[in-house]
Amino acid sequence: MTRMLCCIRLLVAGTFLLGLVLPVGAVEPGEMLDDPVLEARAQELDDDLRCVKCRSESIASSNAEWASDARVKVRELLTEGATDAEVRDFFVARYGEYVLMTPTRHGANWILWGAGPLMLVLGGGIAAFYLRRRTAAGTGDEEGLSTAEKARLGQILDK
Amino acid sequence: MITELGHFALILAFLVACFQAVVPLVGAQKRWPGWMAAADPAATAQFLLTAFAFGALMWAFVTSDFSLRLVTLNSHTAKPMLYKITGTWGNHEGSMLLWVLIVTLFGAMAAWFGGNLPPGLRARVLSVQAMVGVAFFAFIIFTSNPFERLAVPPFDGQDLNPLLQDPGLAFHPPFLYLGYVGLSMTFSFAVAALIEGRVDAAWGRWVRPYTLAAWVFLTIGIGLGSWWAYYELGWGGFWFWDPVENASFMPWLIAAALLHSAIVVEKRESLKSWTVLLAIIAFGFSMVGAFITRSGVLTSVHAFANDPERGVFLLGILAVFMLGGLTLFAARAGMMQARGVFAINSRETMLVANNVLLAVSAFIVFVGTIWPLVIELATSGERKISVGPPFFNMAFTPFMVVLGLLLPFGAMMPWKRGKPGRVLRTLRGAMVLALAVGVLTWAMQTGRSALGPVGLALGAWLVSGAAVDIWTRTGRGPIAGRLRRLGRLPRADWGKAVAHGGLGVTMAGIAGLMAWEAEDIRVVQEGESFAFSGYTLTLEGVERVQGPNYISTMADVTVSKDGTRIADLTPEKRVYPVAQMPTTEAAIDNGFLRDIYVVIGDPQENGGWAMRSYYKPLANWIWGGSILMALGGFFSLSDRRYRVAAGARKSEAVPPVPAE
Repeated sequence: MTRMLCCIRLLVAGTFLLGLVLPVGAVEPGEMLDDPVLEARAQELDDDLRCVKCRSESIASSNAEWASDARVKVRELLTEGATDAEVRDFFVARYGEYVLMTPTRHGANWILWGAGPLMLVLGGGIAAFYLRRRTAAGTGDEEGLSTAEKARLGQILDK
Repeated sequence: MITELGHFALILAFLVACFQAVVPLVGAQKRWPGWMAAADPAATAQFLLTAFAFGALMWAFVTSDFSLRLVTLNSHTAKPMLYKITGTWGNHEGSMLLWVLIVTLFGAMAAWFGGNLPPGLRARVLSVQAMVGVAFFAFIIFTSNPFERLAVPPFDGQDLNPLLQDPGLAFHPPFLYLGYVGLSMTFSFAVAALIEGRVDAAWGRWVRPYTLAAWVFLTIGIGLGSWWAYYELGWGGFWFWDPVENASFMPWLIAAALLHSAIVVEKRESLKSWTVLLAIIAFGFSMVGAFITRSGVLTSVHAFANDPERGVFLLGILAVFMLGGLTLFAARAGMMQARGVFAINSRETMLVANNVLLAVSAFIVFVGTIWPLVIELATSGERKISVGPPFFNMAFTPFMVVLGLLLPFGAMMPWKRGKPGRVLRTLRGAMVLALAVGVLTWAMQTGRSALGPVGLALGAWLVSGAAVDIWTRTGRGPIAGRLRRLGRLPRADWGKAVAHGGLGVTMAGIAGLMAWEAEDIRVVQEGESFAFSGYTLTLEGVERVQGPNYISTMADVTVSKDGTRIADLTPEKRVYPVAQMPTTEAAIDNGFLRDIYVVIGDPQENGGWAMRSYYKPLANWIWGGSILMALGGFFSLSDRRYRVAAGARKSEAVPPVPAE
């Protein structure tokens, strides 16, 4: 942890620079675990943890030092026998919800998760209402086009 | 001197835009032909002046005139000429100048080719387009002037961001802007129609080419950007759901919806008020995109401007146009009477479903993009959250799957009243093929993920559905006759089939890549070989190479299969000393069914190099499909009915010539 904290201080100083550093598809050979099952779990977790010193990148895709330290920490916790949820909790306890790439379903976030289905129901409902009215309507020829306009419209459309 | 002339031209263009925003509009209200006609020369003048200003800025970049602040910050004498030219728009100020150049170009095109538009509508369209121009000219002149001079010019510049020194990214912005700004034209048409209080089939026909063009350019722009991310960012990600990407994706989705609803207006005179509303919202999303990218409000990898003054100005522009447009819409929507009547089982209904799905998916992207900001504002910074790719993948993908399932069916449903059973019978072959592909992939793959089989089945369904669609258009009779007729079908029919097939190819590519991608990360000594996904990769050596404005660490990797060499790859790490930035240049062996993607990492303490290798199945299908979609758009755009409409004025003057 001390190494991590020290790095964070350094990185805060260099945040601006870091914003420009490119993701190079991060996990380094040295960081990887020998156990392929555990490593696969670790990589899945990497995708879901945000590099808090970067701009909208997960620790899986960032090559910032902070992300590297976080990846090492994920593997350390997994080797100690932590579950995926415990690893997430570890990071949330330190960096807040912000560190999770998948937003939680707590509090106001239900609006976020519900927005799509809700909109679909709403949009579908309006569409169904419209369709029913349209199909029920007779030949409503109320819009007044002058004969000249009709002729011109026909001329344009028939070409 | 040229710089000053350019600056002067820009200010003049602003003044012309002010004139054009007012005079034709007043003329159209009062029915004064002279005032209305003033719009045409004004639009041309506006375009020429802006083009001159843009040319002057480009000249400053080409000649490395470091007395210009912008050139100093973004260029360098050692930079290759191509990137000196593209550097003109590789920065905030220059790209805004490109933006207004395109605004004026579209305006001028409406003046040049809008001969068959009623004079009142044309004057109003040009006037609204000029209002958009005024807003962005003011934005440039007052907050982002590209022609600012330096009192003491330096000897050399600070170089362009190396990320932008790449063909994919160099041409990505102009295409995107053509798309964003193309939607300003549909906005102008929508507002003009609302002022007139009339939307009819002819309006649908005039609006459609602009929407189509905007959508095609957005497709190309997004495709280029995603392709660039794939090969440049070093791990083959092609889409990140980054706010800036979402900013371009939302207008794309809305433009796709608009494209389809405008067909209903044109052919069936229904969905009028919805189409007008979409046209307004589409441009709104373009401006939201500009705001997101320029204000730095949602910081992301791409955001290259970070200045609150600009953000507030852009927000002001957005608010004025959206509030104005929507208020007008609310006041006038009642005047738009639908005429066409249709049954529930009809193409109209399917296009309504298309619009609901596309609009809702755009809405999801929008909510996901701004949600972190909303939460932060609502809790005054106490709660900060991230909305990353997992959310979008979960919330967005189902809509695309449903869209893909309905598409071939909807595309073949007849107008007014159709028999779903008959359409399904025609599509029987396509359905069987899609199911077979799905089952076969399920059986052959090693994992248990449904993503791959579903994606490939969907792709097969869309492509074969498009093929059935175009084939049934040839009618009945002997095969030879139908084949002949195939070539004579309207280009719009081809456009539809090609674009729909392209969507299928892209969907299959995305699913294949995400489902079966394999990666390998290891330390490799020079001369060492290793096996990966059925191939043997050998790191032959690593050397330092001096580029024009960078230093490269270049590895030589050979790829072989069963003892035969198939590719020689040279992945690089580059350092740009002036910009003090490293970049990764992945090396890719492109293939029809797979890419092999190799990245060289850092030298290791105990010798050897970190090396990443990726096996990317169906990667090129993603962009192949995008190219097909764009191509389909171009086919539709070149359809006879638009060309004829464009030349209608001329043909009136010429005595009719007997056909053929």
